[in-house]
Amino acid sequence: MEDLNVLQSSLVEIIRKTSAEIPEDVHQSILQALEHEKKGTIAEAAIKIIDQNIALAKRKSQPICQDTGSIIFYVDCPVGFDEVSFTETARESVKLATRKGFLRQNSVDSLSGKNDGTNVGPGSPTVHFHQHRESEIKVRLILKGGGCENVGAQYSLPNEKLKANRDLDGCRRVILDAVLQAQGKGCGPGILGVCIGGDRATGYEFSKQEFLRLIPDRNPVPELDALEQDVLKTANELGIGPMGFGGKTTLLGVKICAANRLPASFFVSVSYMCWAFRRQGAILSNGFEIQKWLY
Amino acid sequence: MTSIHIPFTREQVISLKVGDAVEISGVIFTGRDAVHKYLHDGGDLPPGVNLKDGIIYHCGPVVMQDEKGGWKVTAAGPTTSTREEPYQGDIIRKFGLRGVIGKGGMGERTLSACKESGCVYLHAIGGAAQVLAECVKKVRNVYFLEKFGSPEAIWELEVEKFPAVVTMDAHGNSLHQEVFASSQAELARRL
Repeated sequence: MEDLNVLQSSLVEIIRKTSAEIPEDVHQSILQALEHEKKGTIAEAAIKIIDQNIALAKRKSQPICQDTGSIIFYVDCPVGFDEVSFTETARESVKLATRKGFLRQNSVDSLSGKNDGTNVGPGSPTVHFHQHRESEIKVRLILKGGGCENVGAQYSLPNEKLKANRDLDGCRRVILDAVLQAQGKGCGPGILGVCIGGDRATGYEFSKQEFLRLIPDRNPVPELDALEQDVLKTANELGIGPMGFGGKTTLLGVKICAANRLPASFFVSVSYMCWAFRRQGAILSNGFEIQKWLY
Repeated sequence: MTSIHIPFTREQVISLKVGDAVEISGVIFTGRDAVHKYLHDGGDLPPGVNLKDGIIYHCGPVVMQDEKGGWKVTAAGPTTSTREEPYQGDIIRKFGLRGVIGKGGMGERTLSACKESGCVYLHAIGGAAQVLAECVKKVRNVYFLEKFGSPEAIWELEVEKFPAVVTMDAHGNSLHQEVFASSQAELARRL
């Protein structure tokens, strides 16, 4: 029980830091975008406010964005790890973090429309466990707001309207269509997580896992790396810009993975993450103390 | 930079055009999905909420209550406005709204209502919850807290120098339409 109290404190701290502090890799790419935008434009003014907001949230230890989002934990743990206790503790940590104002009262019963103010209910929080044959416990957290979640899109190929066949060019066409349709509504400049293949559920799940990657990293698969670079460059030539105000930075990054599919299915699942990219994580000791931050 | 004070006059609305940066000061009301649907379904505004010559803010803030029962907004950025597109035009006309603050822009029906009754869409910076919360000087009241829950309630806020950009004006212009059309054309050239 002692250990679970420590786990609760560690999880509340991970939630606080995720909600209030933008990861360094994301901040750096926002600063690059600021340099890039034409001076004196509303696009530049928008990124300046974004940068001020990042500093202010960190200083005040308050949410970067009021929509503190879907709460998605990714836990890498050793074989035999007590997943039940972890999940129960995660739920209590979410309640406590909400009372402390690190999370908004953000979870609504879909049938009754009631918001009980705890952020805990069916599907909230979500915890994905991945066992490995190591002793390390790694807890990562993504808080993904509703505005950017709403502009995500799943395409079934072939798509005649977009002239998208079941090949990489078809993937490129639908991914760029998602960027066009999103405009500024997902709080751009954004980051895309994409999964080519999978079924409707795993496609979206894997697309979100791409957000765990660092912004400047490169895809080890040459075809996917080429597609990532191409989509990023092309999207930034469209002139959608920060907040959809027009400008040079529409996306900060594109991350794409592939999963096997059925012969009959070819899904391309696109998740959009806003500039307020809330992703943190830590390696925990066996006694659940935070040993090292991951981002 | 243009200063807007509440009451927001028709003359001032007419003088604004797409691309203008503004700073808003005075009393504004939040209202998002539940409130828009409720008003559109014929619901009455609670006593104390006056939208005439006023501004509605598409926002579900984080609000903390102190021991004495006072409220403090600790995060208050805009939410995506397009979800209110089915309702907004009618609400602008019915209640005499002069401004709508949100993010992401709105569609044809809202744009027509803006032109017809003299109203502008003011785009705040999405995600900038702390910068915008600093502009909220006081929470004057809250309505429908029980009924709709905190993010969906109507919060009566006193704001000072709240920054936004006019992206839909009362002359039928929409930055969102322009950017969509030009980005669509640019994309077509790159496929």
